[in-house]
Amino acid sequence: MQLETAKPGDVIQIPEGLFNFKRSLVMNSDNVTIIGQGMDKSVLSFAGQIAGAEGLSVNANDFTIQDLAIEDTIGDALKVNEGNNIVIRRVRTEWTRGPDVKNGAYGIYPVQTTNLLVEESVAIAASDAGIYVGQSDNVIVKNNRAEFNVAGIEIENTTNADVFDNLATQNTGGILVFNMPQIPKEGHSSRVFRNTIVANNTENFAAEGTAVSGVPKGSGILINSNDRVEVFDNEIKDNQTANILISSYFSANFAGQRELADEFDPYPEHIFIYDNQFEGGGKEPGRDYLVQLKNAAFGEAGEFPDIIWDGMTNPDKTASKVICLQNGDAKIFNLDLPNEFKNPRIDESSHDCELSKLSEVILGES
Amino acid sequence: MKANRLNRLLLLCVFLLSGCEDSVPGSSQFFGSNNYPERLSEWGLVWIDANTLRIAEDSFIYTLNTPLFSDYALKLRTLRIPKNQKATYDDNESFGFPVGTVVSKTFFYRSPNGQSVTLTSKWDGTLDNLDVDKLRLIETRLLVRQETGWEALPYIWRGDDAYLKVTGDLKELPITGTDEKIPYLVPSRNQCASCHVTDHTKGLLLPIGLKARHLNHTKTVDGENQLTFLQKTKQLSGFSSPADAPANADFNNSEETLDRRARAYLDINCSHCHNKKGPADTSALLLEHSGVDPRSYGVCKPPIASGRGSGGLLYSIVPGEAHSSIMPFRLGSRDPAEMMPELGRTLVHQEGLALINQWINSMNGRCI
Repeated sequence: MQLETAKPGDVIQIPEGLFNFKRSLVMNSDNVTIIGQGMDKSVLSFAGQIAGAEGLSVNANDFTIQDLAIEDTIGDALKVNEGNNIVIRRVRTEWTRGPDVKNGAYGIYPVQTTNLLVEESVAIAASDAGIYVGQSDNVIVKNNRAEFNVAGIEIENTTNADVFDNLATQNTGGILVFNMPQIPKEGHSSRVFRNTIVANNTENFAAEGTAVSGVPKGSGILINSNDRVEVFDNEIKDNQTANILISSYFSANFAGQRELADEFDPYPEHIFIYDNQFEGGGKEPGRDYLVQLKNAAFGEAGEFPDIIWDGMTNPDKTASKVICLQNGDAKIFNLDLPNEFKNPRIDESSHDCELSKLSEVILGES
Repeated sequence: MKANRLNRLLLLCVFLLSGCEDSVPGSSQFFGSNNYPERLSEWGLVWIDANTLRIAEDSFIYTLNTPLFSDYALKLRTLRIPKNQKATYDDNESFGFPVGTVVSKTFFYRSPNGQSVTLTSKWDGTLDNLDVDKLRLIETRLLVRQETGWEALPYIWRGDDAYLKVTGDLKELPITGTDEKIPYLVPSRNQCASCHVTDHTKGLLLPIGLKARHLNHTKTVDGENQLTFLQKTKQLSGFSSPADAPANADFNNSEETLDRRARAYLDINCSHCHNKKGPADTSALLLEHSGVDPRSYGVCKPPIASGRGSGGLLYSIVPGEAHSSIMPFRLGSRDPAEMMPELGRTLVHQEGLALINQWINSMNGRCI
């Protein structure tokens, strides 16, 4: 494979066809472009893979990959580990047998990148996240389709991400904005807008013990422990736990209850939700305790409001704006986790606030 | 072809006088980036002569306190520092080496028939005791120090020589006395970087084993400390004495503490990725020999993006409970999506796994 001998400046053309690999491919040269003939025409298949943890593993700057598919890898499909100016365009990553715990964890997996563009790509059936952006800065994820993954699109420990015009459907959770502890980079400042996030009700098929194994099926947008997240102009409907979930790291059923390092901020703060279109959803929460809470408050035939929140706030910062909501008649249901769910309630007025809006991400200006 | 190659070689010698100044028999050759020979024997570093493996007279066989596990392969490591030049000592990092240095590592197994590989045999490190007919030679990896940095070259053995193959190879090796085969991966040139680029941000290839803590021992044939030998032969500068240099434990040496043995094992097998600048810093699990707090080397540390590599377990290390800890789960797995290290083994290193289990089970405390 020419990939293995790529030199800076090379443009590698992948012809139309199905190409089988038994081991992972590695590419470490800067300024390399890989171009196929189309995500349904140039297919790199790893169905017979016996060695290596990824399909294609890249550690390089100024890297572009487009118009090809990576299928059935043992582990992650496309991993880009450290790099500046990364473009992933019209790439399909897929496990062709559909949702299965034995599928690789991540489809499109850039981590520790800056100036990252993921666009017009398709991610199907990853056992963790279809498109996972980790520990990165200055990121645009747009016009992608994620379906039948545990997490459709996940932005984790990342700063300055714009996620828009994507379709997330039939995942366990549609779009996740997470912060995990003990990582050198803490995430904040993401905008999730103009996405279509519909019917993400697929049974959770993640490996036990992983963070996403705690995602209840039926989660539209899930924000966990992250700060300064702006959610607007999305169409979010028929996600049967709730259209939006907001939780702290302490929500046992979202992320697993574990020991925390002192410096980690487990509380979601400065979340601004406005001008989204909500419809349906909230009827069949994906966790027993959530079903009980819903039935107790809204009846067996009833449904959760559009937004549910575990209610955890930082005891040292009581005055800060945790969630601001300017979204017509959409309501936030506070599960009251701090008091062990004793007084779950709709927060009528406490979220009537505004936050200054985040600025647009412009690539190349990080 | 042969004549062409010789011409090129002569031409090269004109430009690279340092590499070719003494082409006496038994001494090795050096080649520039654009002239790497197809045959390993042209380097004059490692070759077969009269059914015995031979090495260049200007090379030095070295071993590590605790070596990396590579599917029970035996390894012949040589270091060639150009004449009248020196490596520079460092307490922690890989030594500095002059242009013209070549490190070689030959992977082989004992074999009753030259085909199937025997996993249990030991080797005392002397070449005289190796009968090539009773070996299966797999590959020789070179690390070559050029002006611009280190370059990695995989040579694959076929017959009585090895041949350069930058894309690596996948070989199925039958295991002696079983029906099983090892899917043995010869890394591609790029895959060499997967381990040898220990600083992912800078992206530079470096030797892994040529550090004070791995080399500082006296397990040589004549009982001399390896660093002392390099210093005495004027190939190493800046080194004072073995007592002042760090030394990792031999993971097999039961006279050492469990902690030192386990940390040495994790250091050589894991820390080329799991260090603060390495490719696995994304996981925040840091497995260098020292200078790391317990949580960072895994105690009560949850996984980040392990996928099913977590095995459904919550922490890398649960004190006293190896069976509940992710680290031994991953060391004990042979599934590429779960196992660690990701590259370089397909079998479980039973002795290493037993040590890590014993180490974790000896720890006190608990995770909340």
